[in-house]
Amino acid sequence: MRSMLFTQAIDDALAQAMADNPRIILFGEDIPLLRRNLLVRFGPGRVRGTPISESAFLGAGVAAAMAGLRPVVEMYMVDFLGVCADALLNHASKIEAFSGGKWTAPVVVRVPCGGGYGDGGQHEQSLWGWLAHIPGLTVLVPSTPADGGGLMLAALQHDGPVIFLEHKLLSETWLEFLGSGARSTVQYDVPADGAKGPVPQNWEPVPIGKAFLRRAGGDVTIVSVGVGVHRALEAAQALETEGISVGVLDLRTVSPLDNAAVREVVALTGRLLVVDEDYEGFGLSGELSAVVLEAGISCKYARVCTQTTIPYARQLEDQTLPSKLRICAGVRQLMQ
Amino acid sequence: MPPDLWTLYALMLKSRLFEEAVAKLWHDGLISGEMHLGTGEEAIIAGVVANLREGDAMALDHRGTAALLMRGVDPVLVARELLGYPDGLCGGMGGHMHLFSKEYLAASSGIVGAEGPAAAGFALAAQYLRPGSVAIAFFGDGAMNQGMLMESMNLASVWNLPVFFVCKDDGWAITTKSVEVTGGGLNERAQGLGVATVEVDGRDVSAVWEAAHIAIERARSGQGPTFLHAHCVHFEGHLLGFPMVRIADHPLREMPGIAIPLTLSILRPGGAPLRDRLAGLRTVVASVLSTMRDPRRDSANDPVARVRATLESVPVRLHELEDQSQKEIDHVFASALMEVPS
Ligand SMILES: Cc1ncc(C[n+]2csc(CCOP(=O)(O)OP(=O)(O)O)c2C)c(N)n1
Ligand SMILES: [Mg+2]
Repeated sequence: MRSMLFTQAIDDALAQAMADNPRIILFGEDIPLLRRNLLVRFGPGRVRGTPISESAFLGAGVAAAMAGLRPVVEMYMVDFLGVCADALLNHASKIEAFSGGKWTAPVVVRVPCGGGYGDGGQHEQSLWGWLAHIPGLTVLVPSTPADGGGLMLAALQHDGPVIFLEHKLLSETWLEFLGSGARSTVQYDVPADGAKGPVPQNWEPVPIGKAFLRRAGGDVTIVSVGVGVHRALEAAQALETEGISVGVLDLRTVSPLDNAAVREVVALTGRLLVVDEDYEGFGLSGELSAVVLEAGISCKYARVCTQTTIPYARQLEDQTLPSKLRICAGVRQLMQ
Repeated sequence: MPPDLWTLYALMLKSRLFEEAVAKLWHDGLISGEMHLGTGEEAIIAGVVANLREGDAMALDHRGTAALLMRGVDPVLVARELLGYPDGLCGGMGGHMHLFSKEYLAASSGIVGAEGPAAAGFALAAQYLRPGSVAIAFFGDGAMNQGMLMESMNLASVWNLPVFFVCKDDGWAITTKSVEVTGGGLNERAQGLGVATVEVDGRDVSAVWEAAHIAIERARSGQGPTFLHAHCVHFEGHLLGFPMVRIADHPLREMPGIAIPLTLSILRPGGAPLRDRLAGLRTVVASVLSTMRDPRRDSANDPVARVRATLESVPVRLHELEDQSQKEIDHVFASALMEVPS
C-alpha cells in the first residue's frame, strides 16, 4: 500500500478526478504556485490564480458550477469565508431549493481550517458548525490522508455544493508555508496518523455522510472530527490504563450527520463526549446531543470544545483548543 | 513646513531595528505562527504617521507593527505581545496581525481589505466626535482587488469622510504578481469613485511626507478622502521564511523538494497535452525566476538606507542618533525578554 501525506493525498485524488473529468477546474489565490504539481499536469487553463476578490471568484465558482463546470474553488483559510459568505449562504446553498430541485451548483470549496500553530483567532477557526447550519451545504472534515483523498473524490462526484475543510495541523504543506519551513525551532503537536498514512493505489470515493468508528470502547463514546479525532484517540489510549474503555467515532462529514452511527454507538455506552475544535455554543456539540435525545436515547453527556476566541499565545491556545488533558477530564467526569 | 528628515529617519530606524530583532526571535522560535514584517515600507509609514496628531485613527493590515511603533505605542508592550506574554499590548491574545491600541485609535486586521471599512468608520466617528481628525487606512496592492475596500472608497467619497487611503504597492500579493490579477490602474479606480489620488515613490520618505501632508490637511478641512499610491518593496518577501525567498537564497537546498514532485507530475499519464503541460511549467519557472530577480531583494531599494545617505553629510549627529536608537531597541528587547511569565 502507498503512504501519503495529508495534502498530498488530497491533491492526488484531485488529480485522478481531473484526469477523468475535464470539467474540473481549480482556482483561488496563489493556486498556480500552491498547486504547481497540478498546474504542470493539467495546464494553466485548468489551474488558475485569482485576485484577492473572494466574493467575485467564489460567487463565480457557484454560477460556473450551475452552468456545467466542476470548479474547485480554494480559499486561503476558512476564516476568510466571512468576506464572501453570501455566495454560500444565499446562493450555493439555495439553488436546488429555489429551482424546485431542477438545478444544482456542484462546486467544491476547498479551505484550510483549524489551529494549533500560533496564528491567532482570525486564522485558526474551524467554523464547520457555522457552515453546516445552512441547509443545502455539504461539509466534509477528513482526519486522515485516506479520508482526505476519498472524500475529495466524493465531493467531486456530489451533485451540490461541498465545503471541503483541510485541517492545517495535518497539512505539511500549510505548516511549512505558515512558518515551520524556515525554522526548526518551533514544534507543533501534529497527530502522526493524520499527517501521514496509507492510501489506496487507486482512489475510490469515501461515502459522504458516513462516520467511521476509529476505536471501539464500551464505557464512553467520543464523537469528533478532524484533529479532535486524534486527540480523542490519544486520550482513549491513556484512559485504557485507568481501566476506562473509550470508543472514538470519526464523523468525517459534519453535514449531513451520520445520525444512525452516532445513535448506535451512544446507545451502547450510554455516555457521549463530544470533542469539537469548533466553537461550543450553537454548534456541532449541541447538535449531537439533539441527535441522541431525539432518538429517545438517554445518556450522560459532556463536551470539550473551543469556548472563546482562539488566543495567539501558544500556551493559551493549547488551553483553548480541545486537548488530551481536557478530553481525559471530560471522560472521567462522565464515568463518575 | 518641510519635513524634518532627522525625525523621520529616527522613526524609520526605530521600526527597522525593532523588526530586525523580531525576525531573530521568530527564527529562534520564540514567536509563533506567521510573521509579516514591514521592512521596506518604513518610508511610507513614517511619512504618513509623522503627520498625525491626537485623535487621528489608523486601520492597519497584517504589517501593522511599524505604524504602531512610530505612532508612539510602547515598544516593550508590542514586543511582549509578539512573544505571547499575558502583559503584552493585547494580553497575548492578538499577536502581530491583530494588534490594537485603543489609546491611539489603532486597529489591525489580518483580513485583506478590512482596513477600508475600518478607516471609513473611524472617519465617520471623527466627523461627529473629533472634527478635524482623520483616519488612515494602510493596505497593500493586493487589497485593491477586495470589494469592501472599493466600497469604502465610494462611501468615503459620497460621505466626504476624512480618510487617507494609503496603498503600499510592492507589486505582489504573496506569490501572485499584482499586474497579472489587476485590471486597469489603481489611481483610475480611486478617481472613478470620486477619490483624489496622488502617486509617490514610497522609498522616498520626504515625498511621502509631503503627499501625506497635503492629503491629510485636505481631509482635516473637510475636503474629503485621498488615495495615496506609494511604491515600495518587502525585503523578506511576503512573510518570514517565505518559500520563494528561500528558493532564491538556497536553490540547491530548496529546489529538489520542489523539482522532484513537479517532474513526476508532468510525466504522469492522463491530463493535458504536452503543450499545456509546458505552459504550466513555464508559469512555475517564471514565478521562481521573477522572485530571484525581484526588486524587493535589491538593497538599493531600502528606504532606510536612502534617507540615511542624505544625512551622511552630518556624520556625528547621524552616528549619535544611530547609537542611541540601537541602545533603545536593545533595551526594549532586554526588558521584553527579562521576565518570562511562568
Ligand atoms: C480576505 C483575505 N483573503 C486572503 C488572505 C490571505 N492573504 C494574506 S496577505 C495576502 C496578500 C496581500 O497582498 P497585499 O495586499 O499586496 O499586501 P502585501 O502582503 O503585499 O503587503 C493574502 C492573499 C487574507 N488574509 N484575507
Ligand atoms: Mg503587495
